Amino acid sequence: MTGFEAVILTIVTAATPLLIAALGELVTERSGVLNLGVEGMMIVGAVTGFAGAQLTGSPYLGVVASMIGGMALAGLFGFLVLRLAANQVASGLALTLLGLGLSGMIGEAFIGQPGLKLERIHIPFLTDLPVVGQVLFGQDPLVYASVALAVCVSRFLFRTRAGLALRAVGNNHGSAHMLGVHVIRTRFLAVLFGGACSGLAGGYLSLAYTPQWVEGMTAGRGWIALALVVFASWMPLRAAVGAYLFGGALILQFHAQAEGIPVPPQFLSALPYIATVAALVILSRDRWRARNDSPACLGQVFVPDR
Amino acid sequence: MPDGNVLLEARGIVKRFGDLAANDDIDLSVHAGEIHALLGENGAGKSTLVKILYGSLQPDAGAVSWQGRPAVVGNPAEARALGIGMVFQHFSLFEGLTVAENIALALPPDAAGRGLAADVRAVSESYGLPLDPAARVASLPVGVRQRIEIVRCLLQRPRLLIMDEPTSVLTPQEAERLFETLRRLAGEGCAVLYISHRLEEVRQLCHTATVLRHGRVVGRPDPKTASTADLARLMVGADIEEARGRRGDGAPAGPVRLAVRGLSQTADTPFGVSLEDISLEVRGGEIVGVAGVAGNGQDELFAALSGETAAAEQAVVEIDGRPCGRAGPAARRRLGAAFVPEERMGHAAVPGMRLSENAVLTRHGTDRDISVGGVLRLGQARRLAERIVARFDVRAPPGDPEAKALSGGNLQKFVVGRELDRKPGVLAVSQPTWGVDIGAATEIRRELAALARSGAAVLAISQDLDEILEISDRIAVISRGRLSSAVPAAETTREAIGLLMGGAAD
Repeated sequence: MTGFEAVILTIVTAATPLLIAALGELVTERSGVLNLGVEGMMIVGAVTGFAGAQLTGSPYLGVVASMIGGMALAGLFGFLVLRLAANQVASGLALTLLGLGLSGMIGEAFIGQPGLKLERIHIPFLTDLPVVGQVLFGQDPLVYASVALAVCVSRFLFRTRAGLALRAVGNNHGSAHMLGVHVIRTRFLAVLFGGACSGLAGGYLSLAYTPQWVEGMTAGRGWIALALVVFASWMPLRAAVGAYLFGGALILQFHAQAEGIPVPPQFLSALPYIATVAALVILSRDRWRARNDSPACLGQVFVPDR
Repeated sequence: MPDGNVLLEARGIVKRFGDLAANDDIDLSVHAGEIHALLGENGAGKSTLVKILYGSLQPDAGAVSWQGRPAVVGNPAEARALGIGMVFQHFSLFEGLTVAENIALALPPDAAGRGLAADVRAVSESYGLPLDPAARVASLPVGVRQRIEIVRCLLQRPRLLIMDEPTSVLTPQEAERLFETLRRLAGEGCAVLYISHRLEEVRQLCHTATVLRHGRVVGRPDPKTASTADLARLMVGADIEEARGRRGDGAPAGPVRLAVRGLSQTADTPFGVSLEDISLEVRGGEIVGVAGVAGNGQDELFAALSGETAAAEQAVVEIDGRPCGRAGPAARRRLGAAFVPEERMGHAAVPGMRLSENAVLTRHGTDRDISVGGVLRLGQARRLAERIVARFDVRAPPGDPEAKALSGGNLQKFVVGRELDRKPGVLAVSQPTWGVDIGAATEIRRELAALARSGAAVLAISQDLDEILEISDRIAVISRGRLSSAVPAAETTREAIGLLMGGAAD
């Protein structure tokens, strides 16, 4: 394995959790709900995934457990902001704090335990191809799932009726209600999907990226995923490209340090956010586009009048 | 005269909002194949009643039956399943979606498949309401948006079609085509419940009528035999004075107070309208009307006048002889100008803010007693809002309600009143009476005329040709971003204006 190949491999594994979490948040935001609790749902997903794998002995059941953990937190968030019409920003931030605390409590028993690793696939001959073999045909199953998910989310949003209804709810919830679309139900499902994705992204960290449980192991990746949604201007395939760019920036940071390149690590870890600001500036130069791309009802509370 | 069976029957409908009874024991029956007018002033309860019939509001008391069977319409989807379609007054479109997507959302899944774009094109053209299915709604002007609503309804093949002021943004020709469509639908057995403030149109089109006032049914006149004045008297409960906007006394107009010289600008969105070399002068004491079909540059012209978009050079716009082409709205207001944009909800007024706060929004830069060194005097603002409400007969919930609590017509009275109350030297107003009932429209037009008489220059942009002809001293026509020269109203005809609106050369 060449050094270059190794770098590409680490970029892929760094990008995958960002992509999965960003896709979930993208769907949530397309429905008009801003869930700032991605970091909290990720870390809970990481610990429930790890715990699930330890208790059942199967990393795949761990993956399922991580999704359930993320969804449980998202369900709480959905109840607060959709049923009780609570403020989304405050609830989302609270969710992150809750998730960080809760995960520490659940994970206490698992600190230091060796984890179960999600195995990489190996296809004879193909995986052994030079240079591209390992990168294209030797990843763990979630890497492929994340790319497939980006395509599926894109097709769902833009090619299906349910996806159209979801975008309509995010664009103008009053009109959607008038047309008989169930605004609250649609949003709740979108929030749950976002939770499942965030949980899965967290599970990826504790089951594939570094198979162990460390408190606070998400290390701000949830916030990068949030920035990524805006960077991608709510388009799933752009989110996939962005995830690999951001993942590259994360990895660059480690390699630059290892090679002793005199770039401040703080600058590199700030790179995703700088890229997001730059993307926002570029996108908003075209006023018409900027107005149309973002879900118009993002963050607004919907209370149907009866 | 149709003699179909009773399609929809409502008995004893009551709906209260707090202390206000929006609907107070209303009975209504609509027969298959009839075009039934629902008349009443703003706030008479028309919109509330049709929202109940369409399932988006639930009545506090009363019952609805559909084809002789009791029906509970719990939500709009159930109404559509019964065969009730509705075209809304406040558009229910999704700006971020395309025309075809907007329509697909309202159709049953099997009708919204791949052939939809072709269907949309075919239906819209067969009814004379052409649409481009791939266009994004955000890029379309008001008139075209209404077409989308109408076509969306027609594609649902409804048994009962509810139309809330469908013609307010259509040209006379488009309206005539719509009437043909409605007559054809009625001939096919579809019932139409038709809300309009244009009584002449109601007399032409409708078979039966129900008139509401203060939430109660006050009459069921026969629109074929009743005169416009009869209908208006029922609606208002008093005789309407004929608005007399024009000076008519031949008095020479005053000095030029608003001047536009060679205004050109390129559209900043792919679907906006570029303005080409627009020049216009409005003198003190006169009303200049700008006629035109929706989406021919009215929005862009208004934004250039109000300062929302800055002109290339200071000299392009002059208010009372002072160049202000680069100045923003507040600076122009300080020069004595006032502006009333077309869209009252969200542009002229902030829906979630109280009336007093909305009053502050256009007055803080000019009224010393409202803003002292940047600190607001809310008591003064409240008194200002109360003064506007009282003087312009704005019917609003008591206290200091949020703007969104007002019906469309009453909010329009408020936003026009807010500017008139300042006694501006120059007033630019777009669609001054859109969606406003006859009583209030007369009132607003009379106030515009009074303002002009007091020496102010008034520029009124309107798609309502009758209104333009009624109030203007001089008339210009905007078409594809070009403005014809303004000619005295007495020297032109409806036909000549119609030709210019259609894009004929000056």
